[in-house]
Amino acid sequence: MAEIRLKNLAHSYATDPEHTTDYAIHEMNHVWEQGGAYALLGPSGCGKSTLLNIISGLVIPSHGSVTFDGVEVNDISTQDRNIAQVFQFPVIYDSMTVYDNLAFPLRNMKVLESEIDAKVREVADILELSDILQRKANNLSADQKQKISMGRGLVRDDVSAILFDEPLTVIDPNLKWKLRRKLKQIHERYNITMVYVTHDQLEASTFADKIALMYEGKIVQFGTPRELFENPNHTFVGYFIGSPGMNLLKMTLSEQGAELGGITFGLNAEQRALLQGAKNAELTLGIRPEFVQLSAQQNEESLPCTIQHTEDLGTYKIVTVMLGDHSIKIRLDEEQQIPTQDAYLNFPNQWVKFYADDYLINSTEGEATSE
Amino acid sequence: MNKTQNNKAWFLVLPVFLLVAFSAIIPLMTVVNYSVQDIFDQNSAYFVGVEWYREVLQDPRLQDSLMRQFMYSGSVLAIEIPLGIAVALMMPTRGAMASLSLIVLAIPLLIPWNVVGTIWQIFARADIGLLGYVINGMGIDYNYANNPIDAWMTVVLMDVWHWTSLIALLCYSGLRAIPDAYYQAAKIDRASNWAIFKYIQLPKLKGVLIIGILLRFMDSFMIYTEPFVLTGGGPGNSTTFLSQTLTKMAIGQFDIGPAAAFSIIYFLIVLLVSWLFFTTISQLDKDKSKEMSHES
Repeated sequence: MAEIRLKNLAHSYATDPEHTTDYAIHEMNHVWEQGGAYALLGPSGCGKSTLLNIISGLVIPSHGSVTFDGVEVNDISTQDRNIAQVFQFPVIYDSMTVYDNLAFPLRNMKVLESEIDAKVREVADILELSDILQRKANNLSADQKQKISMGRGLVRDDVSAILFDEPLTVIDPNLKWKLRRKLKQIHERYNITMVYVTHDQLEASTFADKIALMYEGKIVQFGTPRELFENPNHTFVGYFIGSPGMNLLKMTLSEQGAELGGITFGLNAEQRALLQGAKNAELTLGIRPEFVQLSAQQNEESLPCTIQHTEDLGTYKIVTVMLGDHSIKIRLDEEQQIPTQDAYLNFPNQWVKFYADDYLINSTEGEATSE
Repeated sequence: MNKTQNNKAWFLVLPVFLLVAFSAIIPLMTVVNYSVQDIFDQNSAYFVGVEWYREVLQDPRLQDSLMRQFMYSGSVLAIEIPLGIAVALMMPTRGAMASLSLIVLAIPLLIPWNVVGTIWQIFARADIGLLGYVINGMGIDYNYANNPIDAWMTVVLMDVWHWTSLIALLCYSGLRAIPDAYYQAAKIDRASNWAIFKYIQLPKLKGVLIIGILLRFMDSFMIYTEPFVLTGGGPGNSTTFLSQTLTKMAIGQFDIGPAAAFSIIYFLIVLLVSWLFFTTISQLDKDKSKEMSHES
C-alpha cells in the first residue's frame, strides 16, 4: 500500500541529453494516491511504458526522484520495491503448473508452505483459476495466462502497487470486458494502488477513476474521464479522447470575431475578453463533434457549411462538413435528419473551447494554463 | 470413408520414390546383400543367412569398440552440453564484444576434421607441442602416444574444443529469443539467478538443446577422422572407435561380409538411439496436449 510520488522526474535514454527531444519523459511532478485506480493513457511512443518502468524500478530515471510513502526508492531495486507488474504479453513460467506459478513469488520469499497454499487458493478463487491449478501453465489460453501473471502480484501481501502495461493487448475482444471487470473487482477488494497503461481510451475510462493523459513525454491532463471529455486542457487531449476527436480549427482574432479561414464566428464579450489576453499566441478553436448542431434553418449565429459525406455507424452517424477551409465532423443520433441542400452549423457557446499554443485558455483565470 | 480411386496419382509420387531409391535404399540394399552372403569372387557367392551377424555380435573386438564408442559419446555429451550452455550464458548480449565472441566461437566449427586432428596431434605432443610440453613441465607425466588414459582424454578434449561452440551458438540464439519481459517479471517475483535459469532459460532452451544433443550424439557416435589422425586408434586399441574398426575390417582385411553385417547393426544403433531420444522428448509434449484435450 503506497502513495507514489514523482518529484521533478525526467528521463532520457541518451547518456548526455542536450535537447528536449532527447528526453523520453519531460520533467514532471505527479502523485498517485494510495488505493487509486489510475490509467496512463497516450499514443504509442509517448513515454507511458517508460514512466511505468521507472515506477517499478526496471528503468532508473536520469533526473528527479520517485518516492513511495515519502521514502525515496531511486536506489532500491525492483525486487525490493514491493511492486507487481503485468506485462503486455503474459509472462508465465512454462515448465510449472498454474499452482506453482502463483506460488513462485512466495517461495522466492521463503514463506511457509502452509501459508502459500492458503494464499494461492484464495487468489485462484478470485481469478477463477481454481479448476486448473494443477495444469501446466503453457497450454492455457492468453486470458488465463494473463490472469496468472496478475495472480503472481496478488499473492504477495507486501505489494504496494500493481502496474499494468497494456495487459489486454493479446486478449480476445469478447474476453476483454470480463478481465477488466475482474480488475475492478480486485481493486475494490484489495485497495491496492493500480496504474494501468493503455492507448485505448475506452479501456482507460472503464478501468480508472482518474486518467493521466500523456503526450510527448508529458502528462498533459490528469482528471476524470468526464473532465477529459468535456474540458480538455490541451488540443491533444481533445483530439485523442473521443471518437472522433475534437474539431480543432486554427483561428485569428479580428474586430468581427474569430476568423476561421474565411468564415467569421461571432464572439460574445466573455469570449472576447478571454482571447484578448492571448492574442499573440497561435489560437485554436475547439469543439467536440457531439456538441456541434446541424440544421437546415439559418439563424443569427449559424454558419453556412456544405455537407461532404455521412458515415452511418448503426447507433449514430458521423457527418463531415466543410466550413470554409475547415473540415468538421459532427456526431448525430440515428434518427436526426441531415439537411439535403443548405446546411448551417451552430456552436453552443458553453462547448466552444479556445486554445493558445495548444493549451486551454482557462475561463476563470483568463490566461493559458501552463503545465 | 470414401476414397477417390485415381491410379494416375502414383506417377506423381514416382520421382520422389526413384530419388529415395537411388540415394538411400539401393545402396543400403547392396550392403544388406553382402551381409547375408559369403563372397569369394564374382562367380562364387554363398548365402549364409544371419551367420555374419552372429559372428560380428560375438566378436570381442567389436564389442570393445562399441563400449568405447558409447563411453566416448556419453562423455562428450556430458561435457559439451553443460559447458555450451554455460558459455552461452556468459556471452555478452550486445555490442562489439558480442560479434567478436560469435566469430571466435565459430572458428573451430569451420576447421576440417582432419585438420583438427593434425592440430591436436602437434599441439598435444609431449616433446614439441605447447599443451603436452606445458603439462609435462608442470611435473605431470603426459604422453598420448603411450598412455591410454592420456590418449583418451586428449581425444575427448579435442572433441570438446571442436564442438562445444555448436552447443554454445545454438543456446545463444535460444537465449536471445527470450523476451525481456520474462527477466523483468522474474525480477519482480524476486527470483534468484538459479531460479531464472531453471524456470525461464532452461525451458526456453529445450528446443535448441534437442537439436544440439541429437547432432552431437550422431556425430560423435560416427567419429572417424580426428582420432584416426591424432592417435591412429592407439595406443593399442584404446581409442579405436566403431567406424575405425569397421574400416579396418572392410578395407584392411577385406572381410566384406562381416563388415556389411556390422554396418547394418551400426546404422540400426544410431537410428534406435536417435529415435528413442526424439520420441522421449516429443512424448513429453504429447502428454501435455493429451491433458489439455482431456480437460477442454
